[in-house]
Amino acid sequence: MRWGGVLRTPVGASAAALLAAILLLALVAPVLWGDRADAVDTRAILRGPSAEHWMGTDNLGRDIFFRVLVATRMSVVLALLATGIGVATGLLLGTAPLVLGAPVGRLVTAAVNIAVAFPGLLLALFFAVIFGVGRTGALLAIGFAIAPGFARLTHTLVARVAGLDFIAAARLAGVGRGRLIVRHVLPNVGEPLIVNATIAAGGALLAFAGLSFLGLGVQPPAYDWGRLLGDGLGGIYVHPAAALAPGVAVVVAGLAFNLFGEALAKGIGLPTAWGPVPRGPRSGATREGGTSMSPRARASGASAGDPVLAVDGLQVSFPGGVRPVRGVGFTVGRGEAVGIVGESGSGKSLTALAIGQLIEEPGQVRADRLEFLGENLLTRPTPARRRLLGTSLAMVFQDPTTSMNPSQRVGRQLAEVAEVHQGMSRRQALARAVDRLRTVRIPAAGRRARQFPHEFSGGMRQRATIGMGLMGSPALIIADEPTTALDVTVQRQVLRLLAGIRAADQVAILLISHDIAVVGQVCDRVLVMYAGRIVEDLPAAELRTHARHPYTRALLAAVPDMTTDRNQPLAAIPGRPADPARLPEGCAFAPRCPLADELCTRSDPQLVADDHGRRVACWHADAWADRPAPVVVRIGDPR
Amino acid sequence: MSRLTFENVTVRFGGRRRGLTAVDGVDLTVPDNTVVGLVGESGSGKSTLARAAVGLTPLSGGRILLDGAPVPSHGRRPLQMVFQDPYSSLDPRMTIGGTIAEAIPRRDATGAPARRAEVARLLELVDLPADRAALYPAQLSGGQRQRVALARALAGRPEVIIADEITSALDVSIQGTVLNLVRDLQRRMRLSMLFISHNLAVVRYVSDVIAVMYLGRIVEYGPADDVLSDPQHPYTQELLAAVPGSATAAEDEPTVAEPTDPHHPPAGCRFHPRCPIGPLVHPDRPDRRACRETEPVGDGHRHRAACHFAVPEPVR
Repeated sequence: MRWGGVLRTPVGASAAALLAAILLLALVAPVLWGDRADAVDTRAILRGPSAEHWMGTDNLGRDIFFRVLVATRMSVVLALLATGIGVATGLLLGTAPLVLGAPVGRLVTAAVNIAVAFPGLLLALFFAVIFGVGRTGALLAIGFAIAPGFARLTHTLVARVAGLDFIAAARLAGVGRGRLIVRHVLPNVGEPLIVNATIAAGGALLAFAGLSFLGLGVQPPAYDWGRLLGDGLGGIYVHPAAALAPGVAVVVAGLAFNLFGEALAKGIGLPTAWGPVPRGPRSGATREGGTSMSPRARASGASAGDPVLAVDGLQVSFPGGVRPVRGVGFTVGRGEAVGIVGESGSGKSLTALAIGQLIEEPGQVRADRLEFLGENLLTRPTPARRRLLGTSLAMVFQDPTTSMNPSQRVGRQLAEVAEVHQGMSRRQALARAVDRLRTVRIPAAGRRARQFPHEFSGGMRQRATIGMGLMGSPALIIADEPTTALDVTVQRQVLRLLAGIRAADQVAILLISHDIAVVGQVCDRVLVMYAGRIVEDLPAAELRTHARHPYTRALLAAVPDMTTDRNQPLAAIPGRPADPARLPEGCAFAPRCPLADELCTRSDPQLVADDHGRRVACWHADAWADRPAPVVVRIGDPR
Repeated sequence: MSRLTFENVTVRFGGRRRGLTAVDGVDLTVPDNTVVGLVGESGSGKSTLARAAVGLTPLSGGRILLDGAPVPSHGRRPLQMVFQDPYSSLDPRMTIGGTIAEAIPRRDATGAPARRAEVARLLELVDLPADRAALYPAQLSGGQRQRVALARALAGRPEVIIADEITSALDVSIQGTVLNLVRDLQRRMRLSMLFISHNLAVVRYVSDVIAVMYLGRIVEYGPADDVLSDPQHPYTQELLAAVPGSATAAEDEPTVAEPTDPHHPPAGCRFHPRCPIGPLVHPDRPDRRACRETEPVGDGHRHRAACHFAVPEPVR
């Protein structure tokens, strides 16, 4: 899969081919040419390159070309052995804190941290002195020099995985520490470790060549590339080929290891992704239809007068034919509160971002109409429009911890808005900021304005973000899951604050939430979204009595509230939420719908308005016309 | 019989001076074959209590007893936990069959065929087809993963299950099926369960008994119907009023409810700085001085409620 993908990149393929060639050479060269490399020819000592000896001969008349080929085995094997020692030691040290527990683990980690601070070559020379000059000494020296860095990497990766719940769950299941590491930890940190080991092998090869060159590594009569290089260097002015040949070999082999490691790192992608469900193939799901709303559905459900926001045929698409928003149309009147409800992947947040002009490349926004206060947002942005959006449109996001700059005082951040968009002086702007913080009921606003965001609690920070939106004179506040990250008691305050602002200044509110109860409580009108479309649009007060789309009704029945009968099973919606990359033909809800028939799976119903301005996109919307309460009760299907 | 008892359980993190007492002297009982719902805001210590119960977090004080004996920490684990996030609680490199098989005690099923059969039985138990055992977690939806996590917890034949916010990471349309399954399994297998959630409506739906936690303390504990219909502690009343669309949602202005800094819990009743009937709202009432000075005890009320002004138990 991903490993195969590495081989398909040009760098990966050439590095792998090179590496394979070197390993093959290491395997066969001593067998094929061992004799010729050791054949002493006293008649031809220190010769230059000739047809007989391509790279000349050494001081015993041995053929340098074959000696370089044969030395491949020694060089590569020593490098791999050293890497093996380093990796094994590193793994032991890196997993030790997990195996031994906190107190001993801390000591090990401290020791590793000190060792990491020493330069690798220094460590190698130090060990070479301890273990004595020679092959074994150099091997251990380089191995142990690799270990600390590897131990640190292992430790970091293991610590990240060890904090995840599946480790805790395995421990609860009675899995022992050894098995825990082998079965759960190492497979999840393996890829970055393999990549690093490959690169370390390249480093070990070079280091070994260096030590042998200095006379600290392989001792005669054995020889590796470093040794050959050292022997050849003395006569470099007389016949350079004797030094160049092993030099080139070292460079090529080192490059092969390092390039392969880099290609792996790039192809596998560090660090390993921990995402939710991977999206399926991002192709083939493109469907026609939905590019424009039917005329009947256009601009319905609107309140009188000029709307604050008018959206029609809004689409958001990403490369590969994925369209998470597929033709959304609605209007928001002055002072109106409209809620958008939907599950993850329904496109509700992207709709909000598209209205706020916040969709980034490579996402693309298209619409038949996107007007805010009569200003067309589909044309190129102008400074005037930026000012209009800056002062009249406020956005509040889900996570109040990330929507403020942590290094700037809260008052300053609010004031900046007024300075940039309204041209206020610093002092005026700050005074307004304090005033706005007071409006959003921050106690001791003057003092709080001088604090940093981290000194605010979550609810206060969310109120401050709303206060930031109020720095101008907003006509519309778009709130995307503003209370999801907050506790219920704090949620109530934030919702009340929004309602209060709306009542005081005729500010329209577009509230996006997965919680149909919250939306029903705060909003005048509810838009239900499913798979990138509005499937139902109706007054919030009629949600429980007049919902006609099966999805809306199922949603209402599936979420327990304080009046749910505890002796009845909850209504369940079978199947899983639609994946925007793989939408079915026809109505997107059909695979989960109890009313779906052949018509539903064949063609997608349009959003049609009825006499009261309610809109619904369902072929069977009238099936429930006379039944007021949701009655879909079914025990969960396996999914 | 399986009755889980927390006796004066305390969990502290960090050093003496800058430390934090996440759970502070909690007494709580999960009776046999009963679901106890634990509610409270984030930072109240719910999850810490759960992790302490299964031994993932060491206790600083107190005891946790199962049927009067300490919970064994080796061998068979009679307490199992289901975690909040099904995306991180399953090993992405292991098939779900492998994950479940690992949790089956060796003496329950020896030999590969027996273990495979046991995995199939557990999968069927959570309404998943047995042939899914060969799949990896990434191939399942959130709801399916949570079912697998449930099957893994059941593999050890536990007596008590601790469910920590098990539906809060799921889509609303999926949440219902998982709740149905949990309730169904609990009744069929006569499990005891500590069900933790911040969502009062969800807790109400599954629980027989409700415990309310605030700043590391249990402030109210009683049968679900009593606690919900007649909440004694002002904090419980506030939680109930905050439920969207609840009938009890009063139109009055809520007190400015800033969560108290858990590093410096206030003296006396921990809720008094936020309390709508407390000393900050009624500074002129002399009887409110007790809130600042003495800690309320839970007993002596209709059900346990740690408030000085909860309705006292009727005299018999």
